[in-house]
Amino acid sequence: MRSFVSGFAVAASIAAASTPMSAVADPAPDVGNWQSVLEQARGQTVYWHAWGGEPRINDYIAWAGGQVLERYGVEVVQVKLTDTADAVTKVLSEKTAGVDDGGAVDLIWINGENFAAMKRNDLLFGPWVEETPNFDYVDVAGKPTVINDFTVPTNGLEAPWGMAQVSFYYDTAKLDSVPKSAQALLEWLAKHPGRFTYPQPPNYMGSTFLKQVLTEVVDDPKVLQQPADEVDAQKVLAPLWGYLEDLQPLLWRNGQAYPQNGAAMRTLLADNEVDIAFSFSSGEVSSAIEAFELPDTVRSYVFDSGTLGNTNFVAIPYNASAKAGAVVLADFLMSPEAQLRKQDPQYWGADTVLAMDKLPADMQNAFANLDLGIASLSPAERGTVLPEPHPSWMSLVETEWQKRYGVVQ
Amino acid sequence: MLRFVPIITLFFMVGPVSAGLIGTILPSFGTLPALGGDGASLEPWRTLLAQPGLDHSIRLSLINGLAATLISVVIVMLFCAAWQGTRVFRMLQRLLSPILSVPHATAAFGLAFLIAPSGWIARLVAQVAGWDRPPDLAIIHDPLGLAMIVGLVIKEIPFLFLMTLAALPQADTDRTAQVTASLGYGRITGWFKVTLPRIYPQIRLPVLAVLAYSTSVVDVAIILAPTTPAPLAVRILGWLSDPDLSYRFMASSGAVLQLGIVLVAMGVWIGGEKIVGALGRNWAVDGRRLPHDGWLRHGAAILAIVAAGAVILGLVVLLVWSIAGFWAFPDVLPRNFSLRLWAREFDALGDSLAVTLMIGVPSVLVAIALVLGCLENEVRTGFRPRKRVMWLIYLPLLVPQISFMFGLQVFFTLVGLDRTLFSVVLAHLVFVLPYVFLSLSDPFRALDPRYGQSALCLGASPNRVFWQVRLPLLTRAVLTAMAVGLAVTVGQYLPTLLIGAGRFATVTTEAVALATGGDRRMIGIYGLLQMMLPFAGFALALLIPAILFARRRGMGGNNRI
Repeated sequence: MRSFVSGFAVAASIAAASTPMSAVADPAPDVGNWQSVLEQARGQTVYWHAWGGEPRINDYIAWAGGQVLERYGVEVVQVKLTDTADAVTKVLSEKTAGVDDGGAVDLIWINGENFAAMKRNDLLFGPWVEETPNFDYVDVAGKPTVINDFTVPTNGLEAPWGMAQVSFYYDTAKLDSVPKSAQALLEWLAKHPGRFTYPQPPNYMGSTFLKQVLTEVVDDPKVLQQPADEVDAQKVLAPLWGYLEDLQPLLWRNGQAYPQNGAAMRTLLADNEVDIAFSFSSGEVSSAIEAFELPDTVRSYVFDSGTLGNTNFVAIPYNASAKAGAVVLADFLMSPEAQLRKQDPQYWGADTVLAMDKLPADMQNAFANLDLGIASLSPAERGTVLPEPHPSWMSLVETEWQKRYGVVQ
Repeated sequence: MLRFVPIITLFFMVGPVSAGLIGTILPSFGTLPALGGDGASLEPWRTLLAQPGLDHSIRLSLINGLAATLISVVIVMLFCAAWQGTRVFRMLQRLLSPILSVPHATAAFGLAFLIAPSGWIARLVAQVAGWDRPPDLAIIHDPLGLAMIVGLVIKEIPFLFLMTLAALPQADTDRTAQVTASLGYGRITGWFKVTLPRIYPQIRLPVLAVLAYSTSVVDVAIILAPTTPAPLAVRILGWLSDPDLSYRFMASSGAVLQLGIVLVAMGVWIGGEKIVGALGRNWAVDGRRLPHDGWLRHGAAILAIVAAGAVILGLVVLLVWSIAGFWAFPDVLPRNFSLRLWAREFDALGDSLAVTLMIGVPSVLVAIALVLGCLENEVRTGFRPRKRVMWLIYLPLLVPQISFMFGLQVFFTLVGLDRTLFSVVLAHLVFVLPYVFLSLSDPFRALDPRYGQSALCLGASPNRVFWQVRLPLLTRAVLTAMAVGLAVTVGQYLPTLLIGAGRFATVTTEAVALATGGDRRMIGIYGLLQMMLPFAGFALALLIPAILFARRRGMGGNNRI
């Protein structure tokens, strides 16, 4: 009952807040003068558009919102998206309608293609990131992807929030040994046809698998760091299509059907429909076990020659209504305290963007003492992090994949 | 004042649809200034037509939509013909009405959890057959889209059945059945030869609405339809959420194409009606009695019951998943149960229910007021809207949502009304109004005019007649219409998300967002939560009259009102 009453309070406050667009434009905060940012932010409400498919992440966001409200008087409302591109669409439709101030989106959880598209279309506010206080802790030297989002320079338009790296997982009760390269996977699958699949591109997990293979089979991986139109893309991609030619018939359902996302693939493993699956965070596998989604005998591993890794960010649209509030929130998200909780699998289990050696000693200890969870890989176990190809490769691979394998009938 | 209500009502439905369509058609010809699309161009159409497998997607949308509609209509008609006026009929009536409050996506998830290779039926078979792995069979997401057809049929049967039920009293069916029976016609034959021609015109628009929905459905298709390639509407949604913003142009062309597909499907259907009508005229008078239809009657009953049973069993499986611990294949039940997730969602639940009601209650109140105004105006002026106007009322149900919602979003932003409660209610009203009108107009028109005339003769003013005679007599119908309206607003996903800029977190937007996380337990919880409000609405619509009229036998449940 209590929650229902408070629900009405929330409802009423939304109704009050959603009066027709305020004509008052939010002046761009002067991030260099942090005190002025804090003053401007106080009392603002930040609408943070973030994928809402994972209850644990939603809980973490709610916690961060509570902290920022308590400390800086900034209210945070998570707008739960099914797809980050919905927020991009929203900003775009506002630009179409000439709403250059007072937009609906204040902060977006973003990376890769979505960021590249927003940057290309001038839909972002900034640069602001490098002047925020907590950016000093960020591991720019050790983790180059915190300022290069899929090779695209972030130019201070988005603040790093978390690290992700592909890891594979399997049920140790069912498999004794696992293939540790793209080539080995193919050979293993020839002996166990139908026991592996990947989410259907253009789902980003599926595209990530294709990029992982591409990075392994391509003659010279360095080429992938350039935009695809600067090289002979056909020739570069040829080994990938050769690999898939062999792989596709061996997939689950003979490649006639695919899981639609990483979560659906996880369910296939839980149902014993496939033997090997993969994710962008081994911490996620631990928490899936915790949530009864996977048996507790599941463990993670990476390929011998490394797996793709990247960074995810938060960015502020050019027409946001609460830019100062969004900057304050983004800065808090990079703080050692927030990053520590984020890495704790009890709450989320995603890797920090911070450099341990830049942190105060007590925080270093706190990070070192985290229990990462039974199916999580420690930084040492994670091996080499391979860089993401330039986003143009992803578009190219997705389009070509769709032509070759997207229509099976 | 009352005179203007019908115009205002039409405006609320036709206005947003037209504004939205314009906002979709312009980009499909290259006009979208924010993305540098300033001129007119056919480029978006060329890109669209070059999409691999487009022909297959179109065929899938068209044929599956037609098939789902045809199967639903045939089952409902056969069942009504075979069992009307019997106990079985009343039993199914009680069974199907609550199913109407199950959202399409919930029913589809329930079905998937039931029939998938790792679903509950396969788990039962596995006990006998000794499987330790689910069979590698494409039962859902199957290449022909059969699972999607089944998913649509089990949800459309209750809708069409209740629509038919509303039309039956006007055809004097009981006495017709007596006459055909005494002439020696079999139950089904007699009904098809005499009653159907009188019923069908009444349910024709609902049937076309089902057709339009089935041809352009997104949520059910995502859960059950093939993906290599997917039906057109699903692909449009994918293009709209592609990070490459230039896809927006092509997506708009796709949305216009989707509208075209719906129109073609309707053309095919109407052509089919004509052929069946022509053949039927000869058949109706050929004198054949076909009295031995027992097998067909039982077949119809079995199909209808299986359809209802699939939804109900699906809900049971959802419920079990929502409290499941780890549940391996081929276990019939989870190894352990846990209320952990329910407990965690409990707090968020209050918020989303409140927001859902905040949108739903004003939508339903405005809708019921407008519809009552329209109908009362009819009674006072004696002017019944013509067929063409009825088409306008159905417009929001006939035009695919995906074809005008994105355009409408741009429109609301343009006039500075996006993400306000006002505009979200307005967007919901577009869909609530037709359903409220549909469910209230028949009982309102069927009310014996002599009640009102007597009151007028006794000196009551027209307003007093409305408030003190007609409205009380129609309590049950008004409450049912409101419950239908509430069910419609609770189920809205795209309008709430797009027009509300995501600031209105209803049970449905939360459910869909969490469903992308793929945990069946969360899908189970939110699937059931989504049902809760509509179900409560329908329960109240039954309960309130029962309490109000406990001491008035004439207003009892068997009264025709």
